[in-house]
Order: sequence, then C-alpha cells, then structure tokens
Amino acid sequence: MASKVLHAIFTDDDILMQAVKALREKKHSIDEVFCPFPVHGLDKAMGLPHTRLAITSFLYGLVGLSVATWMMNFIMIEDWPQNIGGKPSFSYLENMPAFVPIMFEMTVFFAAHLMVITFYMRSKLWPFKEAENPDVRTTDDKFLMEISVNENNVQAIAEVLHENGASEIKLIDNK
Amino acid sequence: MYTMSNKIKLFSLILIIIGAIGLVVSFINAPSSVEEVKEMLHAESASHGGESVAMVGDDHASEDAHADEHAEHVYHQLHNKPWAALYVPALFIFLISLGVFVFYALQNAAQAGWSPVLFRVMEGIASYLVPGGILVYLLLVLSSLHLNHLFVWMDPEVVAHDEIIQNKTAYLNTPFFLIRAAIYIIGWVLFSKLIIKNSRKMDEGFDLSLHKRNFKLSAGFLVFFIVTESMMSWDWIMSIDTHWFSTLFGWFVLASILVSAVTTIALVTIYLKGKGYLEYVNNSHIHDLAKFMMGFSIFWAYLWFSQFLLIWYSNIPEEVTYYAARLQDYPVLFFGTVILNWALPMLILINSDFKRINWIVVFAGIIILVGNYLNFFVMIMPGTVGESWSIGIPEISSILLISGIFIFTVFNALAKAPLTVKHSAFLEESKQYHY
Repeated sequence: MASKVLHAIFTDDDILMQAVKALREKKHSIDEVFCPFPVHGLDKAMGLPHTRLAITSFLYGLVGLSVATWMMNFIMIEDWPQNIGGKPSFSYLENMPAFVPIMFEMTVFFAAHLMVITFYMRSKLWPFKEAENPDVRTTDDKFLMEISVNENNVQAIAEVLHENGASEIKLIDNK
Repeated sequence: MYTMSNKIKLFSLILIIIGAIGLVVSFINAPSSVEEVKEMLHAESASHGGESVAMVGDDHASEDAHADEHAEHVYHQLHNKPWAALYVPALFIFLISLGVFVFYALQNAAQAGWSPVLFRVMEGIASYLVPGGILVYLLLVLSSLHLNHLFVWMDPEVVAHDEIIQNKTAYLNTPFFLIRAAIYIIGWVLFSKLIIKNSRKMDEGFDLSLHKRNFKLSAGFLVFFIVTESMMSWDWIMSIDTHWFSTLFGWFVLASILVSAVTTIALVTIYLKGKGYLEYVNNSHIHDLAKFMMGFSIFWAYLWFSQFLLIWYSNIPEEVTYYAARLQDYPVLFFGTVILNWALPMLILINSDFKRINWIVVFAGIIILVGNYLNFFVMIMPGTVGESWSIGIPEISSILLISGIFIFTVFNALAKAPLTVKHSAFLEESKQYHY
C-alpha cells in the first residue's frame, strides 16, 4: 500500500492548526491542506518554505516604474511635446513632478497584476483547469488535510488525527 | 522594575550642560545691533574682493539705502537664529512625545492585542509632555514679548503695512494665539495624566470599568487631538510664513509626528530590551513597530509630494513663494528630507526579515529621526532666518539640550512603574504575540 493517502476533514481552522502542529511534532509530513479561506500562519505551521512572491512583486514594481518613465518621456517629451499650464515639455527632469502620479500608478499596476499572474502560474491555475481539491466541501466550510501513508505509519497518523479533532478520516488509493 | 542607570543619568546631564553652554554662547554671539551686522557684512564683502566694486554705480544714495535695508534684514535673521535653533528641536521633541501618546491612545481605542507589553514604554515617553509643553509655551510667550521675530505677524508695525495679515488678525493675534496654545497643551497633558493614572491603577487588579473608562478617554482624546493638532500646526508652524497657507498642512505635520513617535518607541524598546528588561517583547513586536515606521514614512512622502505637486503645477505667485524660498536657499535639505524620510527608510525596511533585526531598525530609526528634524527645520527656518541658516553651534547645542531633557525625563518616568503592565484586557494576547 505504497500509494495511499489519508484524507482528514476538519470543521474549524483552529482545530486544523492544532492537528498540523501535532503531526509536525511527531515528524509526519503533510502533503497538502485544502481550505475554504486562507488560514493565518498555516504555511509556517506546515513548514513550507517562505514565499518568494514578495520579491517578484518588488521586481515587477521596478519594471513598472521603468516602463512609466520611458512611456512618459516618449509621450510628453519626445513624440508630442505640449505646453501644459505654462510648463513647456522640453526636459523630462523639469517636468518630472507631473509624471510622479503616473510613475506611482504604473508601479502599483505592474506589481499587482504581474504578481497575481505569477501566483496563478506558480499554483498551476488557468482557465478551464480541473479542480484539484478532492472534496467539494473544502470550497464551502470544511478543511481537508492530505497525508500520504504507508503500512507502518497509517495507524499512528490516523490516531494523531483522531485525537486532534478530525471529524472524518478516510483512506484512499492515490491516483 | 527598571531603575535609571547612572550612565544614562550622566549622559543626559552632559547633553544638557553642553547644550546649555552652546546655546548661551550662541545667544551672546548673536549680533545685538544693526551696526554690528553692517560691519560684519562689510568685512565679508571685503574678504570676497571685487564683488562690491562692481556694485558701485552712479546712484550712491539708493545704493546706501539698499545696503542699510539689507543689513537690517540680515540683523533680524541673525537675531532670530538662536531662537529658531532652539524652537525647532523644542517643538519637534515635544511633538514626538505627543505623537507617542497619540499612538498609545490609538492602541486603547482600537483595543489592539499586540501592543500592551509596550504600554509602559509609551507612557514613559509621554511623560515628556509636561516639561516639553512648558518649554514650547515659554518660547511662544517670549516670542509674543518681541524678544525675537519668529512670528512676523506679532509685530504691529509689520501688520500696519500688510493688508494680507490685517485680514487674518481676527485669528492671528497674540492673546488669542497664547490662549489657543494653552488650551492645546493643557488639554493634551490632562488627557495623558488621566489615562496614565487609570493604567497605573489597573496594576492593582483588573477592573473592567477602568478599561472602559480608558477606552472612552482615549477615543475622546483622539477627537480632541486631531482638531487641536491641525490648529497647532497652523499656529506654531504655518503662521511663520504668514501669507502662505496649505490646506493639508495639519496632515503633513501629523505624518512627521507619527513616524518620529513610532521610531522613538522602537528605539527606547530596543534599548530597554538590550539591557535585559521587557522580557515579553519579542521580535514580532519590533516587526510591527518597524512596519508602522515604514508605513508612516510613505504616508509622509505622499503628503509631502501632494502639497508640492499642486503648488508647483498651478504656479500661483502667492503660493509658490513658499517653495521658491526653500528651493533657492535650502535645496540640499529640501530634497534631502525626501531621501532621509522616504527613500532610505522604505528601501531599508521593505524586507520583512529586516524589520525583525534590531540594528537595522535602529539604523533606519536614526535616519528617520534626523530626517524629520530636518523636515521641521525646513518648515520653520526659511520664514525665520531665511538665507542666513546654517547647522552650527546654536542648532546642535539646542538639539543636545532638548534631547538631554527628554532622555532624563523619559527614563526617570520609566523607572516609576513596572515596565510591563500587570493587568490589561489584552495583555495575554500581547505576551503570546507571534507572527
């Protein structure tokens, strides 16, 4: 029974956290947890490596800032200089304050959108993708923990789950 | 229980003594008459060489009159200089302690769970409200007695020839000004005394009615504060450039106050933690303070730029003179504050892990405090000393004097009560706080 998994259902995020901590304490590794909403601190409790999404977001922000700078220089200085409010557009630096709101907005726009797209790609989410969560109730109000098991530890893990408030425990053949 | 170490007592006393000596020297060195300034300017232009030779034109009489006018102008600036040098840190550090108390009241009003282990630190810093308030009020009274010309609208001769100020005298007149200042300071001190007294009483045992009373008092204080803070910033800072006004000035000053206040809380907390006190404070608390430092830095930059952009773009003479004076005479400081108060703190503190490392938070904190002192400097100096500014003996010794008084008061107050509150509705949550 090498490729079998345990599916444990929880009804409360605090109880789920407690079970995750209990399992980790006993050195059992958890494959995946499916939640109806993000649970604060769950990634840390599961021992997942720290997300690098923030770093990509910072870099995307820099890209946005550069694009905005280039864009405003092209539009307002090079391609079609206009005299707005008695401020002729001959030099980027002299007109820079007027472009700051655009530079700011483009930074935010790039950082936010590209970060979301990165997140989707990293989580392997795209249109018409078939849902991976094994139980539809995890889209409503239940939490599901998936743990791969073998003959030696299945009993021990199931006991820990039971002690820590799992409302259902199922043994399933892995696909 | 914390006891003030002899080292810090000595340190603050040395600061006070050096500062006081420097300040007395700079008051003595300030020119006492227009003649003295004329001689000084003469010596200066002589040392510059040919400059004055080129100025010798055909119309000698008007030339002389102009030189006289200029000498008087410079005399007023140099006469103001030590006063303004003292006024900037006196106001800045007083407003830091006010900002700390505001932050404390915010924790109470928001029923925050992370911060109760830091309450005593905030209460300690807020204790400077009394000496700081007295000092600022004293300076305002001395200004109104015409010992200096920090507030040009206080001079009846100036007002007699200035229609714009005449239209403002219903609000900007000396008695009303002093009454308002008294109301602000007494109001802030009273609220702080009441709320801190309740917090100390809570050490004897948890009392829900005290908790509720402090919640209501804090909420009331915040309402009182946001109105008085805005008016305070018009009165004590904006009225220096009497003709000019900005509708977001109160917010701009508030941003500066808040970021310096949170930074001061972080610095004092890290200091005490380094001495082995505050056993319940962990790096998650420091992380939160650093988040506020970074957030308020960006808030400051947002308001700085909002104020600048509109005035720069519309380019209306009566508004833009405010920035013209700063760009002409204070270009390095003017743009330097943006680097010190926004660019550096943001880039240093943007990394989540860095916000948990004490020395990085201290490093960013020192940058923020220096930057915000310079922010007050750039707000106050152009209208009082103009192009005669410098950062020399009067400025540095005033900073030493005031920060000496501040450090002595704060650490003295910290020693008066246990450094962690004994009972608070959210104390347990704060002790367990981990992010």
